[in-house]
Amino acid sequence: MRLSPVLRAGALVATLALAVTACGGKSQQVNSSSSLVDRAKADNKLTVGIKFDQPGLGLKTANGYTGFDVDVAKYIAKKLGVDENNITFKQAPSAQREDLIAQGDVDLVIATYTINDKRKQKVSFAGPYFVAGQDLLVKADNTSITGPDSLNGKKLCSVTGSTSAQTLQTKYANQVSLQNYGGYSECITGLLNGAIDAISTDDIILQGYAAANQGKLKVVGKPFTTEPYGIGFKKGDTKTQQALDEYIQAMEQDGSWKAALQKNFGSDYKVPSEPPITEK
Amino acid sequence: MDFLSNYDLLGAFWTTVQLTFWSAIGALVWGIVLAGMRVSPVWLMRAFATAYVNIVRNTPLTLIVVASSLGLYQALGVSLTTDKTTAALAITNFRLAVLAFVLYTGTFVAEAVRSGINTVPVGQAEAARALGLGFFQTLTLIVLPQALRSVVAPLASVLIALTKNTTVASAIGVAEAAVLMKTMLENEGQAGTLVFAVFAIGFVILTLPVGLLLGWLSKKVAVKR
Amino acid sequence: MSGAPSVLYDAPGPKAKVRNLVYSVVFLALLAAVAWFVFVALDDKGQFTSAMWSPFVQGDTWTVYLLPGLGTTLLAAVLAIVIALPVGAVFGIARLSDHVWIRVPAGVLVELFRAIPVLMLMLFANFFYDWYTDIDSDVRPLFAVVTGLVLYNGSVLAEVFRAGIESLPKGQSEAAYALGLRKTQTMLTILLPQAVTVMLPAIVSQLVVVVKDTALGSTILSFSDLLSNYRILPANYGNTIPTLVVIGLIYVVVNWVVTRLAAMLERRLSRRGRSTARPTAAASTTAVPVADMPTV
Repeated sequence: MRLSPVLRAGALVATLALAVTACGGKSQQVNSSSSLVDRAKADNKLTVGIKFDQPGLGLKTANGYTGFDVDVAKYIAKKLGVDENNITFKQAPSAQREDLIAQGDVDLVIATYTINDKRKQKVSFAGPYFVAGQDLLVKADNTSITGPDSLNGKKLCSVTGSTSAQTLQTKYANQVSLQNYGGYSECITGLLNGAIDAISTDDIILQGYAAANQGKLKVVGKPFTTEPYGIGFKKGDTKTQQALDEYIQAMEQDGSWKAALQKNFGSDYKVPSEPPITEK
Repeated sequence: MDFLSNYDLLGAFWTTVQLTFWSAIGALVWGIVLAGMRVSPVWLMRAFATAYVNIVRNTPLTLIVVASSLGLYQALGVSLTTDKTTAALAITNFRLAVLAFVLYTGTFVAEAVRSGINTVPVGQAEAARALGLGFFQTLTLIVLPQALRSVVAPLASVLIALTKNTTVASAIGVAEAAVLMKTMLENEGQAGTLVFAVFAIGFVILTLPVGLLLGWLSKKVAVKR
Repeated sequence: MSGAPSVLYDAPGPKAKVRNLVYSVVFLALLAAVAWFVFVALDDKGQFTSAMWSPFVQGDTWTVYLLPGLGTTLLAAVLAIVIALPVGAVFGIARLSDHVWIRVPAGVLVELFRAIPVLMLMLFANFFYDWYTDIDSDVRPLFAVVTGLVLYNGSVLAEVFRAGIESLPKGQSEAAYALGLRKTQTMLTILLPQAVTVMLPAIVSQLVVVVKDTALGSTILSFSDLLSNYRILPANYGNTIPTLVVIGLIYVVVNWVVTRLAAMLERRLSRRGRSTARPTAAASTTAVPVADMPTV
């Protein structure tokens, strides 16, 4: 009998915990019928999905968030009339980006998000705001890897399930050994240690890692695919699409686009020409 | 159900079985060595084994598996194979995972064996010593054979836990069942519950016979007292 | 062989002392050789430079990355055990029910969830919440991790509860029935309170298992727990190995504290236990058999 009050208290705590977590989980229903442009202006709030672990593009640091995608998000927010402090950044892992948008967890996804037809069935895009291409990241002193053709017999690292790895594998798989990890940071240490010969994904992502490991890593510089990065949002919101396209062009024209790239990838980064808007 | 044939289910589970098999053998040996060290007359060995067991047992397996790849392979260059073909990387990852499982599971085997040693009556060891047997002989000829028979049941639980733990090898890219399940959940979302059911049944098939067999064995070999 | 292991060998004489010393030296040499190999290999790769380790003496590293991560880990662990306890109690009691239609399904569920790897339970829970609920993506990994842990540990605890109740002397329930108590009353007021006393240490040590298992979420579900910092910190400082070492140490310390707590509880209960009914011989310590079950 002695412990039964304890037991009862325990049961109460459990019930409470269940109740609290259940309530905490419900995302607030937003009025999805109105366009994001109007909603952002009215609420002075914007939620953006970015990467948290990609130097140069989207990285969570001790002092907040940095990277090119973050700068694009801030520019867009300013144009939408949202204060910088009212932007909420959320982590948008590659596999979850469509769901995040569809469920209204984020307003925009600016997270190295390649525009393609399969994704367009679920979400709408604006942009592209940057055109990347799949490339290779190698050690700075490596001269033997010059492009995808020279990967035979080398160790290539990628993230489990990533499409860039699958593309390479189907084209060059017979002679390359593929190491899969849960994230790119494992690949980077392997490259620095010499356990891995190359990492393949979009050049701008690789550029970020190269900039973060100045002098130790380099991007080969021969992209062999085209990956237009767009801003993803709820499917069918054409008003937002028009507005975002306009803002992207404005960013390119007033010099902030180039400045943001150079800030994040170093002054010796060769800034490419501005990509034409395709999603209208 | 058709889509199931697009995936190499048997291959993935076969990798799981192989991971379990080699890890189990390694962990049994390493665990007995650790237990032996913990009861040995040499202070340093006792201290080492105690510290090892207490540290490793309290570390998440995921961390050990990740560290075997990032630390041992990448940083220290231990590849555990002399293979030079394109298969080398897969072999390395498999063996690193086995090594991680052995290092981790060995601590649980050691604890089970040590508790088994405690069930052997004092008289057994005393009689052995009276006959002039040394520590090593007493341990290997008299105490361990009896101790091991009494720990079949706990070791069976360790083996079942190990079987399930092999899924952690997914963290370093070993192509076992959990990797395939994740891929299938991503590709075949609408049939996700079915995918889960398939893998759940797979593991029930793997672990149930082991439990029953070793349960029967533990009754059969138990020392009657 | 209860107690001191020294029964395995005689008190060392002069010869044995020398021999033991030789063994010690050889063993020490072996350990030193391994340590030296590791040290040289790490040093070769520049793992001992201050740039690799200095982040861990900066406050930011702790306040921004490690401590919030540890908080998430502990939150998941506590939620999991707090929810798993009543679930385990219900299923443990259900398995002891007199009614077949309660006993058998409960037994099947318990055995099923003990057979499925926790990682797969988490993967499926994540998928399930993603597809069928509108749980916010920020907390979805936490939900998935907690759900996986509850399903698994609930079934483990069910066995702990069952064994704990079964370990009580039959006289307890017989006396209760003789007093006219119903089955439910007997269970709730007589058996369960005593069983919990026996099981508490086992339950606390299950917490160690739970803390370790929370780490499963970080590699495959992007759960931002303590372990997940092995990705974010090296992305900032390029120091994978130091990060793994520090994270490992934190886990060891946390689990060591929990283990000490379990031991303390066990001592207190065994002192106090004499006044309450003693469980039958086999389970006189915390050794509720399933509680020994080592998991992930």
